[in-house]
Amino acid sequence: MELILIFFSAAIVNNFVLAYFLGICPFIGVSGKITSAFSMGMATTFVMTITAIVTWLIYHLLLVPFQLEFLQYVSFILVIASLVQFVEMFVKKVSQPLYRALGIFLPLITTNCAILGLALFMVLKDYTFIQGVVYGVGAGAGFTLAITVMAGIREELDLADVPKPFKGVPITLIVAGLLALAFMGFSGLISI
Amino acid sequence: MDATLLIAIATMGGLGFIFAGGLAIADKKLRVFEDPKIAQINELLPGANCGGCGYAGCYDFAVNVVSGKALVTGCPVGGEDCAHDIAAVMGVDAGASIKMLPRILCRGGNSEAVKKMVEYYGPLSCSAMAIVSGGDKQCYYGCLGGGDCVEACPFNAMVMNENGLPEVIEELCTGCGNCVKACPRNIIEMHPADRQVFVFCKNQDDPKKAKEVCSVSCMGCGICARKSDGGVVMDNNLAVINYAQFDSSKIPFDKCKTGAIGYLNKNEKVVIEIPVGESTSMEKELA
Repeated sequence: MELILIFFSAAIVNNFVLAYFLGICPFIGVSGKITSAFSMGMATTFVMTITAIVTWLIYHLLLVPFQLEFLQYVSFILVIASLVQFVEMFVKKVSQPLYRALGIFLPLITTNCAILGLALFMVLKDYTFIQGVVYGVGAGAGFTLAITVMAGIREELDLADVPKPFKGVPITLIVAGLLALAFMGFSGLISI
Repeated sequence: MDATLLIAIATMGGLGFIFAGGLAIADKKLRVFEDPKIAQINELLPGANCGGCGYAGCYDFAVNVVSGKALVTGCPVGGEDCAHDIAAVMGVDAGASIKMLPRILCRGGNSEAVKKMVEYYGPLSCSAMAIVSGGDKQCYYGCLGGGDCVEACPFNAMVMNENGLPEVIEELCTGCGNCVKACPRNIIEMHPADRQVFVFCKNQDDPKKAKEVCSVSCMGCGICARKSDGGVVMDNNLAVINYAQFDSSKIPFDKCKTGAIGYLNKNEKVVIEIPVGESTSMEKELA
């Protein structure tokens, strides 16, 4: 039960993008098309899940026993950077068009605050291993949900009669704000 | 030396070692061989991603050139210079390519075409007009005047003139053909730049109606076709030039009452460079 709560807490109530405003750059940058947005979400979910697993192991089996908590950031960044490098190689091998659609935003996951944020939150909240993994999957699912919904709206926006000064980025930012407003409606539902 | 320091160094070193090793293995398994020619050709291309070549973008075109599916001359925007550079990379001969330019085959502007009794109110785009009511003009074949072609041009090479017809600024036009795709009435066609004679009408109405709806329509009298030795053929009350057998000296241009067949007007729209810092007359007016 608690695991389910953690999942929905990370995915919806405390959505990383729309409630914490972490990881905004791919959220705006790759949300032009549903397919590429969803793929970006999947890539981020993968990195988040593995990050949660590996950083938990490193933190609790290596850093805590040796009293090396001050190496938190460096070791977490190392984990994330290696994972993103691996995902990039994998995507390039599997799908060239997707690789080009994601463009610079794929390597930018390396310094995506949503992912480092995930690792640090996990330590802060003192989750067990299973809880941490569920938290990572939930955060990834929340990111995928947010970016896909955003892409869906932006695809429809292309057909809408947007006033000239608002075309492009301005209307996108307004939509992002409205989405965040909508997600605020969930706040307080789960307090975990 | 302090034990913490040693442990810290060992930990980070160990972690780095493990990850670097993992990535090295992954690199071996997942390496994608990419022909360096693709990147070279991609550099040479204009990078407008206009889709004029028929591929998804400049990079896609470069991939197809290298794999032999696309011709080295396939980029209409880059023109001859670009084709030569690409041919040099590929090690083949480009040959001569003639630039293609869009020609607007309708002269029925606001002052020539007869308007409907009712006015069109709605989105000012040709595609909307074509779906809803066919625009303001009685002619169902001519230019709608909504400017979809102007909107579609990625190079700002099209303008609407005072008469409500689009004009091509040849200096800026790269021949990508986006305007051709944007026109719901198909009145824009790509032609070699040196081609001079066109039938500036697409109206297929019967002669009486064609004359009623526009003063510069092709009525389908067929006089040009009879004299042309197969250079002009009649198709549904419309003269169509068959450029393979066309000889402009045989065409009695003065016999065409509406002037639908004729020479291309010399383009007067040119690019005027405004020195940086000086304000244009329009800006002065606004000020």
